[in-house]
Amino acid sequence: MSTTTPTSVAETGRAGTGTAPATPGAADRSASEIADLARSVTGSASLDDTAWRRYLHGLPGVDKVGADGRAAALSTRSIKTTSKAWALDTIIRMVDLTTLEGADTPGKVRALAAKAVRPEPADPTCPSAAAVCVYNDLVPVAVEALAGTGVKVAAVSTAFPSGRASRAVRLADTRDAVEAGADEIDMVIDRGAFLSGRYSQVYEDIVAVREECRANGRHAHLKVILETGELATYDNVRRASWLAMLAGADFIKTSTGKISPAATLPVTIVMLEAVRDFRALTGVPIGVKPAGGIRTSKDAIKYLVAVNETAGADWLDPDWFRFGASSLLNDVLMQRNKLATGTYWGPDYVTVD
Amino acid sequence: MTTTASTAGSPFEYAPAPESRSVVDIASSYGLFVDGEFTPASDSGSFKTVNPATEEVLAEVAEATEEDVDRAVRAARRAQEKVWGPMPGRERAKYLFRIARLLAERSREFAVLETLDNGKPIRESRDVDVPTAAAHFFYYAGWADKLEHAGYGPDPRPHGVAAQVIPWNFPLLMLAWKIAPALATGNTVVLKPAETTPLTALLFADLLRQAELPPGVVNIVTGARATGSALVNHPDVDKIAFTGSTAVGKRIAKEIAGTRKHATLELGGKAANIVFDDAPVDQAIEGIVNGIFFNQGQVCCAGSRLLVQETIAEELVERLKARLGTLRVGDPMDKNTDVGAINSPQQLARITELADAGTAEGATRWSPDCELPSSGYWFAPTLFTGVSAAHRIAREEIFGPVLSVLTFRTPAEAVAKANNIPYGLSAGIWTEKGSRILWMADQLRAGVVWSNTFNRFDPTSPFGGYKESGYGREGGRHGLAPYLIEGSTY
Amino acid sequence: MARTTKALTTTRTAPERLGVRKTYKLYVGGKFPRSESGRTYEVTDAKGRFLANVAQGSRKDAREAVVAARAAQATWAGATAYNRGQVLYRVAEMLEGRREQFVAEVAAGEGLPVRQAELAVSEAIDRWVWYAGWTDKVAQVAGSANPVAGPYFNLSSPEPTGVVVVLAPQRSSLLGLVSTIVPPLVTGNSVIVVASERRPIPAVTLSEVLATSDVPGGVVNVLTGFTKELAPPLASHLDVNAIDLAGAVGAEGVTWGEVEAAAADSVKRVLRPAPGRRGEDAEPDWTEAPRPQRILAFTETKTVWHPKGV
Repeated sequence: MSTTTPTSVAETGRAGTGTAPATPGAADRSASEIADLARSVTGSASLDDTAWRRYLHGLPGVDKVGADGRAAALSTRSIKTTSKAWALDTIIRMVDLTTLEGADTPGKVRALAAKAVRPEPADPTCPSAAAVCVYNDLVPVAVEALAGTGVKVAAVSTAFPSGRASRAVRLADTRDAVEAGADEIDMVIDRGAFLSGRYSQVYEDIVAVREECRANGRHAHLKVILETGELATYDNVRRASWLAMLAGADFIKTSTGKISPAATLPVTIVMLEAVRDFRALTGVPIGVKPAGGIRTSKDAIKYLVAVNETAGADWLDPDWFRFGASSLLNDVLMQRNKLATGTYWGPDYVTVD
Repeated sequence: MTTTASTAGSPFEYAPAPESRSVVDIASSYGLFVDGEFTPASDSGSFKTVNPATEEVLAEVAEATEEDVDRAVRAARRAQEKVWGPMPGRERAKYLFRIARLLAERSREFAVLETLDNGKPIRESRDVDVPTAAAHFFYYAGWADKLEHAGYGPDPRPHGVAAQVIPWNFPLLMLAWKIAPALATGNTVVLKPAETTPLTALLFADLLRQAELPPGVVNIVTGARATGSALVNHPDVDKIAFTGSTAVGKRIAKEIAGTRKHATLELGGKAANIVFDDAPVDQAIEGIVNGIFFNQGQVCCAGSRLLVQETIAEELVERLKARLGTLRVGDPMDKNTDVGAINSPQQLARITELADAGTAEGATRWSPDCELPSSGYWFAPTLFTGVSAAHRIAREEIFGPVLSVLTFRTPAEAVAKANNIPYGLSAGIWTEKGSRILWMADQLRAGVVWSNTFNRFDPTSPFGGYKESGYGREGGRHGLAPYLIEGSTY
Repeated sequence: MARTTKALTTTRTAPERLGVRKTYKLYVGGKFPRSESGRTYEVTDAKGRFLANVAQGSRKDAREAVVAARAAQATWAGATAYNRGQVLYRVAEMLEGRREQFVAEVAAGEGLPVRQAELAVSEAIDRWVWYAGWTDKVAQVAGSANPVAGPYFNLSSPEPTGVVVVLAPQRSSLLGLVSTIVPPLVTGNSVIVVASERRPIPAVTLSEVLATSDVPGGVVNVLTGFTKELAPPLASHLDVNAIDLAGAVGAEGVTWGEVEAAAADSVKRVLRPAPGRRGEDAEPDWTEAPRPQRILAFTETKTVWHPKGV
């Protein structure tokens, strides 16, 4: 809280309603700009563990019960008719359609890519999903399948999901995906390092991965997975969010989907508060991606409500908010058709991927 | 009809989501509920109750005369002596359990009716008022056959007939707070609901008939101040329970002085909500908002004085303003409404007068942009900064959606400012430092201290004030005491 | 100021040694002032024989007593319950030391045979001990951990209500006095006691005990004088939180109902005199076993909530 200036908070409440954030995205920042900002925000030239600890532990605490209560209250919003129709289409546009199985094949990825491009083949008004999210080795397949469609390819790198590999291996993993044409890299942070207070290591990891994302003139967006289920407390979620944002993340993402709990509404709200306050402080908007466990339209709409009433309407855009999900899309399609036809649909009427 | 400031123009403007009114049948007129029957007033007098959100007349309600009150008290006395008093506790318990279940079953009906008659958002009547009322009956039901273990001696006795007068801000919930412990302890009841919100009490009378509660155990006499005064001053009343203004509470205390009538008084408040610079700020913002805008601020324990540590005052106020911009003000029947209508034109006039006094005294007034409906009684969420302790808006209970912001520098100063008021109902503390919370909680002269939360209520948790906020406790084991001879001191 | 009395004028010959008489003063804020009004009144024994001239407290004295009581209250309440228990127990020890004096005063004032006066004094001292033991137990008996339906810690505990006025019983000059002033002290209230009009001497002696005890000055303030004069301004005083009306029964020229009405404007906690067996106004039998309810009458229940979360 001590890091936020009042005037910029005021802007958060009012500025730019209904349009994309006016300031340049995090992607445009140079490495030195990022380091300068981190030094200025933390008030420390060294950016060592002590500096990070002093800064991150100085952030306002999060009361768990209060945060859960806020999420529960937002969940009671009743989204009907026209606003529901808008919400369903927006959710589709925000979905990173994901498959992260050991059994994944090129065929599976191609099917998923087709689904992402035209989720509802019979309805040309149905928007495409935001991206297809796959393991590194399947990036070439996805890139080929999605070429020219506008649907992005996201790759989970850095020894996903545990991240338990040397930095060299994790960077090589990232390089591999970027060179194969991934538009977006979903990296994991070293939760062990974070939980034991080696914040500078986490910071440097992110900075290094980010460098890989833009090596050789490439420009992959970086999503930083906090794996909030392993961070255990909302205080840690807030600290990890700020650490990632200051290290140059374009997006902060809740989960790998491999750990329970994955995304939850209160955790996402804590992260939305972080990006809201970060923009108020620095002018830089950061995206948020809850991933894992969001399976129904009803749940996804709750997240949109939370975005709308926490970070603000600016974030109601696939550039700034994504859902990492696999089965969510089908439920949204069924709801979308129900809204259009008045009839409840069954699973046999949408494609199983 | 529902509008907000900051989400206006958002691509995600929530479409109207109105709760259906059809779940409740409102009769064109209602009688008094005396001795198990609905009867007209002895002089056929009546008054109208209106929907404060639309000014639509909802029903014509009988206005009880002194004679009617006497009839009700006599019915209650008979029922107490012949039926309810002698009844074994475990049987009384089952009636109360039955009432709790029926309230839950008919919860939608009660919620809709409450919102129509009171003007509060359906979200609150649905999620707070009605379920908490049912929970209250469920809690006290279980006490009815365990009174000898409650700490008031081996054979605690009821007073007899309880006269209960309740306010309009939580009509059904206050009814539950009053009736549940009274019946559990073996008293019978004559209850007067507020004149602007009689309908859920009358629907509750209908529920009592479904529950087959013996006639006369609960009697409901509708009316205004004269009815209430006749009830309180009836010579055959043993126990008075009143929730309402401090002025009326003092009058009652004076009227029963020298008699053997016991009283519980739940009166006004002007709670300090104290925010330290190490507070969990996002939850504090929610707590401040819930503290003063819950039920349009028409809450005796509302956190109407925000005391902020100077180091963060400006920033907190800006955050608060941004948050107030997302409040949805308007149609109480819309499920997404956060702030509904003010209950009556009288109350609206009172809020308006005090808010104007705030401006006149030099405080800075701010409200989010929100278009208020053209009919009905409305007051936009309002924030005053630059408030000094001497301002009327810092001392008088406004009972509306108006927050006065003051600042402090040290914990001791916060305590001094918080306590510097004749009231002492509730207080809030926001800090992540545990030992400071406990120190503050000790120092604050208030019956309920919410730390890192606000406006929480539970049947098991005693509620009631220090100083001019009244005496006696409602809720929990403590809530039994005022209804038992052995537990009553006042 | 001393008046000529029968006893003095009938003494024709000088005694071997002239006794040193005590001036009976008020006890306010740990000091022994005369009444600011300069007035005294004559107190006699049960047979009408002169005992002493006693300060006749005024409204202004009452006002001073409230100031003293308010100033002392926070410190007394802020002491640990263990400490308050020790301090109160120490008073009982000192009462025991003054036993003979109290017996003589009670016997004279109440017109009791010495044996009965001894019983009353014993009972008063034992009662003081009984209450002293309550200081660190009240919160456990009257408090509660409330199992609310949510992730919250929720605790209710009794706290002192603040400044308490005690109209001491008119008849039972020591046992009744002890039975009414100690209960509010247990939890940390400060007390202003209006002593029995006609039997005030044990109250004055008690104030001397208190002055040399560890009870901080101002925690107990003793006013002698007339209940009808002192009770109404104390009852209506906005800085008094509660009043025990025990001594309004049997006081001259005032009823407890009037005093209660005067207390209504500040929403005071009022402990009414218990009705007699037939519902009449009568001073109770103070030898009956005490109950903690008298302590609880001068407490406020405070409920504190806090979320439980990681």
